[in-house]
Amino acid sequence: MVAYRVDGWTALGDPTRRAIFERLADRPRAVGELASELPVSRPAVSQHLKVLKDAGLVVDRPAGTRRIYQLDPDGVGALRADLDRFWNKSLAAYKAVVEQPTEEAQ
Amino acid sequence: MSTQAAETSVRTSIVVEAPIERAFSVFTEDFDRIKPREHNMLAVDIAGTVFEPREGGHIYDRGVDGSECRWARVLAFEPPNRVVFSWDISPQWQIEADPEKTSEVEVRFISEAPERTRVELEHRNLDRHGPGWEGARAGVDSADGWPLYLQRFSELLKD
Repeated sequence: MVAYRVDGWTALGDPTRRAIFERLADRPRAVGELASELPVSRPAVSQHLKVLKDAGLVVDRPAGTRRIYQLDPDGVGALRADLDRFWNKSLAAYKAVVEQPTEEAQ
Repeated sequence: MSTQAAETSVRTSIVVEAPIERAFSVFTEDFDRIKPREHNMLAVDIAGTVFEPREGGHIYDRGVDGSECRWARVLAFEPPNRVVFSWDISPQWQIEADPEKTSEVEVRFISEAPERTRVELEHRNLDRHGPGWEGARAGVDSADGWPLYLQRFSELLKD
């Protein structure tokens, strides 16, 4: 029922995205570079980069006509965001349970 | 980079219309109904989650096939005021066996009125999961590439 933002650990569940992430950990790269190093098309690389970006794992910046991608140094923020959602959801469920008038647990 | 002296805890709170004793007992006894089910480290669906109500106990998920996943150790159990448990789950949502690489969760119950309780939750020491990624480099199968880039990632987070 909740529209989850893609979290970092889900985003890294895909082998191609892990490969992209690993290369970006080595050094910042442009889309074309990544596409030439990996057995996937340029549009596919762009799509994977979008997922990584949405998950807060990578950031991009323009460099002339290209965009350079690098790891987001605040990646621990992704873990925090994940846990923040987890606990807020848990406490909302908790409130519903604890405020039930009786123990009609079902 | 300078700004990521990253906050290493998550804090949240909620006020519930219930006396403190009930607030505490429901949280621990009905934890099964609180924890989002989709967070599951078992191979099968979760039949229930058990919160053992004592220091030294565990919180564990039980699968529909009887398998168990112990993902927390109860570090403090002080009804009706406070409970603390470890978070033995890695950032990849897998069980972390090394207690040094786990974070912890403290839940405090504060009576605001006879029928109203404030519940404050703090999940802290999240950075402990970070150094764990480095340690994983040697021990974990490198086939999937996790250890190397997680180590690099954690280095990036450090400076």
